[in-house]
Amino acid sequence: MTITTPVPASLSTGAGATVELVDVVKDYSGHRALDNINLSIAPGEFVALLGPSGCGKTTALRSLAGLERIDGGSIRIDGVDVANVATNKRDIGMVFQSYSLFPHMTSIENVEFGLRMRNVPADERRVRAAEALEMVGLDSFATRYAHQLSGGQQQRVALARALVTRPRVLLLDEPLSALDAKVRLQLRDEIRRIQTDLGITTLFVTHDQEEALAVADRVAVMRAGTIEQIGSPEALYTTPSTPFVANFVGLSNRVNAELVDGSVSVYGQALAALGEALPDGPVTAFIRPEDIVIERDASFTGGVEATVVTSSFLGSLRRTQLKTADDTLLSVQHDVGERALPGDVVTLRLRGAAVAVSARD
Amino acid sequence: MSASTAVRIGTEPSKITRWIILGIVGVVFALPILAMIEFTFRDGLSGNYTLGHWTGLFTEESARTYRGLFQAIGNSFLLAIVTVVIVLVVLLPTMILVQLQFPKLKRVLEFVCIIPITVPAIVLVVGLAPVYSVVVSIFGSSVWTLAFAYGITVLPYAYRAIQSNLDAVDVVTLSEAARSLGANWGSVLWRVLLPNLRRGILAASFISVAVVLGEFTIASLLNRVNLQTALLQVSQSDPFVAVIFALLALGFVFILLLVIGRLGRARRDRSAS
Repeated sequence: MTITTPVPASLSTGAGATVELVDVVKDYSGHRALDNINLSIAPGEFVALLGPSGCGKTTALRSLAGLERIDGGSIRIDGVDVANVATNKRDIGMVFQSYSLFPHMTSIENVEFGLRMRNVPADERRVRAAEALEMVGLDSFATRYAHQLSGGQQQRVALARALVTRPRVLLLDEPLSALDAKVRLQLRDEIRRIQTDLGITTLFVTHDQEEALAVADRVAVMRAGTIEQIGSPEALYTTPSTPFVANFVGLSNRVNAELVDGSVSVYGQALAALGEALPDGPVTAFIRPEDIVIERDASFTGGVEATVVTSSFLGSLRRTQLKTADDTLLSVQHDVGERALPGDVVTLRLRGAAVAVSARD
Repeated sequence: MSASTAVRIGTEPSKITRWIILGIVGVVFALPILAMIEFTFRDGLSGNYTLGHWTGLFTEESARTYRGLFQAIGNSFLLAIVTVVIVLVVLLPTMILVQLQFPKLKRVLEFVCIIPITVPAIVLVVGLAPVYSVVVSIFGSSVWTLAFAYGITVLPYAYRAIQSNLDAVDVVTLSEAARSLGANWGSVLWRVLLPNLRRGILAASFISVAVVLGEFTIASLLNRVNLQTALLQVSQSDPFVAVIFALLALGFVFILLLVIGRLGRARRDRSAS
């Protein structure tokens, strides 16, 4: 189901709020969950916190929501430190990973709840809640209880409930992770559309890199309680500043290479090195599957020979696994029409201009 | 042995076996109750049957004769109400607090709440006797003070009823969602948590009432009058009336337990749908 209902004026928040996390520290019985996190989100910006389980992304979001008390630093919304402000006073909207609709209330009663807490008159409450449900395409489900809705519908109602109070900040804690792939894709696009229309500052936590790259203005990759890199999806993908980011965001082949004067020599080709400065010598280079080409031009010299191991059809593209003479397994992404059979010996060429490198393990 | 004739170990008993087991258990439970009912219709030792013992209960003379018994019934209901209040005011908020804020204490709370079931009533009374000398000095010797002791004896049953409901509802996420929507803790409790714990609360209340109505040892040893102690007294002068009241009490508790069962089924049906 694709929703195209325009955002109602009653939900318009105007300009979004500025959110700042400054040197935020959070400890859990000796374990540092957030280690001097610094993050600034511009009004109306959509930022995704991306990282593996246990990296601290949900803790950061819950700290912003006031559901976790921080042990150091400050959290500011529109310049005001809210570190000691109770959750119910922070004026935020939040959608949770697990279904969080109140089971004893209908969809519209759920959406009205936040307005009731703000003492909005009953008539206005009903109108605004109905408009919010219409915005997420569920106006005909207003009298249904949570157990009468699918997972995707429940999360839509939760989104309407979070937005109906016109919060200053929208927090999304892996709201799509419990949904099946198709619904996840639809709702992901809906969230982005509604967020753009409302202009609400949004922090979105996910462990799904595809999700983060698809919807966010900027993505912050987290690791062990710190932000490893923050930037636009394109910047993260094409110029990862650390091996962790190169490895975590998208697929990467790890290839042994030599670093000489800031230039990386990989399979006889020289590429610029990205990331921290390393001394000359052996390094590991991270090469994207789409940056390796199976060379069909017989006149091409150079490159590296490899033997096809497997080839997988992935719909719009094909991914082929190959093994080089030094037993390195390489993953290559190419056109579906270009098919290599297991056992074929082919020549591979690198087409990237630069690669991320790290010291050799 | 072919696959079709292989004996499946650990499978559930057949329908016939289940009915036989149910029948035997039913007879074991039903026989004493049927014997009690039969007894209440006996006309003394004449061997005849009469409705007189039942109809005689509603005469003015009976009202005077069994005034103490009726008062004891009133005492038991008062005790049941106060005990339920204690459960709702002390146990329920504690359990919610532990669930929300101190989940590591869940095991400790469970252990503490289950302990009374392992302590014989007589041992409990020996421990409570000195405590009650203090209770009497503060609250007087009114019968309702017995509810403090009953609040302890019903703990295991009330705890299980509420905890099973708490386990079925994600109270942490619900309360966080409510807080993020601007609700203070009072609203979270009143508007979100209690409605979703309604079945557990009702089950805990009903089972507390059932336990209190059936309690004898503590009331007797602490020299208080409740339904059970009064029944004992009456049985020494008119065993027929004592058995009639025992049957009525059993019937009342049976209905309560039936309602609890219905509540549990309604919850399962709702979850399943």
